[in-house]
Amino acid sequence: MSLETEQIPTEIARTIQTVERLKNQLGQWAVEEVKVHNNEVTVVVKRDSLTEAMRYLRDEEKFEMLVDATAVDYLPLQDEPRFDVVYHLLSLTHRLRLRIKVRIRSDDAWVPTVCHIYPSANPYEREIWDMFGIKIEGHPNLKRILTYDEFPGHPLRKDFPLFWQPGQPLDKPEKQFEEW
Amino acid sequence: MATVEREQAVMTINMGPQHPSTHGVLRLILTLEGETIVDAEPVIGYLHTAIEKEAEHKTYHKVITLNDRLDYVSGMTNNFAYCLAVEKLLGIEPPLRGQYLRVIVSELQRIASHLVFLGTTALEIGIMSGFFYCFREREKILDLFEMLCGARLTYSYIIVGGVRYDLPEGWIEKCREFLRDFPKAWQELDELISKNPIWLNRTKGVGVLRKEDAIAWGVTGPSLRASGVLWDLRKTMPYSCYEHFDFEVPTSEDGDTYARYWVRMLEMLESIKIVRQALENLPSTPVLADHPWATPPPKNLLDKDMEALIRHFLFYSRGYPVPKGEAYAAVESARGEVGFYIVSDGSEKPYRMHMRSPSFIHVHALPVVAKGHLIADLVAILASFDPVMGEVDR
Repeated sequence: MSLETEQIPTEIARTIQTVERLKNQLGQWAVEEVKVHNNEVTVVVKRDSLTEAMRYLRDEEKFEMLVDATAVDYLPLQDEPRFDVVYHLLSLTHRLRLRIKVRIRSDDAWVPTVCHIYPSANPYEREIWDMFGIKIEGHPNLKRILTYDEFPGHPLRKDFPLFWQPGQPLDKPEKQFEEW
Repeated sequence: MATVEREQAVMTINMGPQHPSTHGVLRLILTLEGETIVDAEPVIGYLHTAIEKEAEHKTYHKVITLNDRLDYVSGMTNNFAYCLAVEKLLGIEPPLRGQYLRVIVSELQRIASHLVFLGTTALEIGIMSGFFYCFREREKILDLFEMLCGARLTYSYIIVGGVRYDLPEGWIEKCREFLRDFPKAWQELDELISKNPIWLNRTKGVGVLRKEDAIAWGVTGPSLRASGVLWDLRKTMPYSCYEHFDFEVPTSEDGDTYARYWVRMLEMLESIKIVRQALENLPSTPVLADHPWATPPPKNLLDKDMEALIRHFLFYSRGYPVPKGEAYAAVESARGEVGFYIVSDGSEKPYRMHMRSPSFIHVHALPVVAKGHLIADLVAILASFDPVMGEVDR
């Protein structure tokens, strides 16, 4: 690997080519949407083809590292699908970043695990389960990670109150607080 | 004669959360065979402060003050990554001087953070005096930061659109003095630690992280470079004018505790090089971009200009709207890749802010490295990854 100080100008174009190859590999129906925004490429894939897409991207397209995985709750903005599960991939070989998204509904909130493809997904997926209550199917050790085991609810969901004390009911927080 | 069958005694014990060498409140559930580690399971969350939730209820400007509390040893780089992400959403480019000042403070911060790493690691391995030498040097950097922004730990110096203040009078001279003296202090530390036989015995060949494991587990920063991967965001994906500077990226092929230490030692000298270049070529533009609403107005206009006063009040009370969208920005901090993923719904508060913290991953990669080592080595291995529990638990 040689070090070049200048940024490759065509990196968006190269990422889009990668996405096109991914589309050919998975079939058109598996990729819901491709967005380019703020010089970042986002691919929304169907949940069923997530593992296949990840495996293809790691093995064939050299996205060796799963840098980050998290989720977003879109409850007040849109009804369903409520959650986005977001994966950030990094290619050390090609110096590219790619964002993979899966949209899931709240009554069917689960995603397949990608731990066996990227070991670094293990703690991130536990965090997604802990904070959003999205089940990770096939995860070897799906326990709460940041909160304690008896914690009720999932704190980063938008309907979880900002102020909550242990023992209070979750739906009626005593103190309503709006900061501006 | 009857053979005595030795019973395989596997023991499970807790290490932490209150253990002096776990850098805060990390708990490790160790499965031991005698003194050898069979398995280690990190249990985190003792320092969870729900900053990601809190950020959803604060304006973009106020979230800056939360960010430097995540990784409290290197607050500047956290602010840096967050501001880059918000700037990406807003489409602001800070003026050149602002970008240079960002580079200067984050490199000084890197030295300060590596000194904390070195001091605490030396302390844990038994070189008490190293700790004092390191903190003496770090104090000088903190003094520089205090001159700059009044804070010694949680700076909030880097804000969206540039930096908060220009350099105060006499700062450059004081910084030059530090740059001149530091290599001597570095030499001292090198003589004190690098060839110390106890240090060598405790670190050489201990806790080898193979290249493939490092990449698979998402290890970044000096720990990745110590495993032989030439990957530094400052070089490979330059941000904020890093392409203007001439510096080397030290790597090592060994991947052991000593390599992780030595890469950090060399990095300190490279940071000195960068700061020196940045001070020499410091442009004389403003330090803060002039955006109609996303940057605070100049302070000297407040008692002269009505519009500026209105802008000032709106900026600090209501905040500023950020266009709808999402952005991920990452910087190379002292520990690795610090990234912020921000989703905006077009309002004044981040709809979702997520921090990608390197220590979170390093702590979970620990069992891979620690297997087969003695408990006493675990302390050295853990210290060599330099985790900060504030950013592990967020």
